[in-house]
Amino acid sequence: MLEYYNTKQMEKSAILEQNDATENGFIKTLTDFFEGVSLLTKFTIRFFRQAFKPPFEFKEIIKQSYIIGYQSFPLVAITGFIMGLVITIQSRPTLVQFGAESWLPGMVAVSMIREIAPVITALIFAGKVGSGIGAELASMKVTEQIDAMEVSGINPFKYLVVTRILAATITLPMLSIIADAISLYGSYIGVNLKNDVSLRLFFLQAFQSLSFSDLFPSLFKTFFFGFSVGLIGCYKGYNCKKGTEGVGIAANSSVVFGSLAIFIIDMIAVQITSLLNC
Amino acid sequence: METSIVKIEHLNKSFGNNIVLADMNLVVNKSENLVVLGKSGSGKSVLIKCLIGLLKPDDGNIILLGKDITKLNDDELNLLRKKVGFLFQSAALYDSMTVRENLEFPLRGEKAICKEEIDALVIEALRNVGLENAINKMPSELSGGMRKRVGLARTLILKPEIILYDEPTTGLDPITAKEISHLILDIQKKYNAAAIIITHDVECARITANRMIIIKEGKTLIEGTFKELSEDTDEWIHSFFQ
Ligand SMILES: Nc1ncnc2c1ncn2[C@@H]1O[C@H](COP(=O)(O)OP(=O)(O)OP(=O)(O)O)[C@@H](O)[C@H]1O
Ligand SMILES: [Mg+2]
Repeated sequence: MLEYYNTKQMEKSAILEQNDATENGFIKTLTDFFEGVSLLTKFTIRFFRQAFKPPFEFKEIIKQSYIIGYQSFPLVAITGFIMGLVITIQSRPTLVQFGAESWLPGMVAVSMIREIAPVITALIFAGKVGSGIGAELASMKVTEQIDAMEVSGINPFKYLVVTRILAATITLPMLSIIADAISLYGSYIGVNLKNDVSLRLFFLQAFQSLSFSDLFPSLFKTFFFGFSVGLIGCYKGYNCKKGTEGVGIAANSSVVFGSLAIFIIDMIAVQITSLLNC
Repeated sequence: METSIVKIEHLNKSFGNNIVLADMNLVVNKSENLVVLGKSGSGKSVLIKCLIGLLKPDDGNIILLGKDITKLNDDELNLLRKKVGFLFQSAALYDSMTVRENLEFPLRGEKAICKEEIDALVIEALRNVGLENAINKMPSELSGGMRKRVGLARTLILKPEIILYDEPTTGLDPITAKEISHLILDIQKKYNAAAIIITHDVECARITANRMIIIKEGKTLIEGTFKELSEDTDEWIHSFFQ
């Protein structure tokens, strides 16, 4: 009997201990989270401090923008085209049911330009550019290249981080505009699979349903998308843990958190635009 | 007149519970090669990283070229760093740049020099390490010894007053290691620069040292010339020289 009681007691304390452990784990996750947020905030403040302090690295910003844009252009163009085409084909049956087939260009244009093209472009950008920045800076950190810059009296934060964040902020909106245009062309092809619409008529119909309040906010938010992808990639890379596995982690979490940031910003942006519109 | 280029007093540095440097003292005189010997993990790299301001010491004074580096702001520190060369254990060449661009990099922002002068400096620095031919190569195309030498050329380009070498000969074959050691000696003569040389390589120490110290448990255990230390009767010290 006593034995039974003892084992029961032991089980009980084991469960209590486990509870303690999960509680500690939870607290640790929570403190880690807030620590991460505070470090990221500090990083952002440092960016703004350095970005407005001369000397400016214009040449490097342009070089980075070129590399970033050049790298992701083919991917953005192909996905833009396919998205335009696919959404057109998918929407047609519904519109035909309502006898509203002629609305097809306008509807696709609104949904592409308002939401799909910017967000898809930004996600691709996070996957391609965010991970690239994260991995590049992380491997520079691990192989002491960032330290080497620092000891030669050059500010690596300014040279590496500020330029990349600015380049990402400038480049993504341009890519997004390109994606808009190409997706409309994809949509034109999609419409012409079943109907016969001239390019001119198609764009006329498409632009009739678009207004300034469609174009501007969608362009505006891509600056924030680009900024956050650049910022998170740089933050993860620059603060990478020593060792080669740190590089993989930095690249991976740049994409994960970059994509998450895009959706969060998108959600905030849509609230703001809908408030302003009514 | 002050003859010491570096003066470290009561330096303490720990990472969490890991006490790496405890009350470390060190002096480097003008145009002197000081060799620092110590077991792996004894904090040699940490020592010179504190000296150049890559790591913040917990406590103590670090006087580098007459300035207390713990009291400088970022701009002043960067200015001071231009007078100090640092050769990393891994050479730390910029992977995305050619050898030429690697060497030009430390000269960025020096407004007073024109393109031709930069070219001349690059060629001169490469010639000093015997690698003029590699000027347009990428770091990935170089062997370990060549990387070390390019790293050295990059630290020489600013004509530093003191050079910090972190294990310049580790990972090289004995012949190349010897070449690098002699190179260090040549550089001392040519540039009249002081140096701290961290090494495990007794041969390198023999060739380059004017004076040596051995660190153990975060502080200087013994100090002297190569001859004095290599003839020391203490077994632990003696084991370094076998
Ligand atoms: N950034 C860091 N964070 C935490 N601990 C560190 C850091 N850098 C060094 N250490 C610790 O400091 C100690 C000394 O490291 P250091 O790199 O100075 O050794 P070392 O004498 O240069 O060895 P080696 O000859 O192998 O290069 C080690 O125990 C290491 O774990
Ligand atoms: Mg070391």
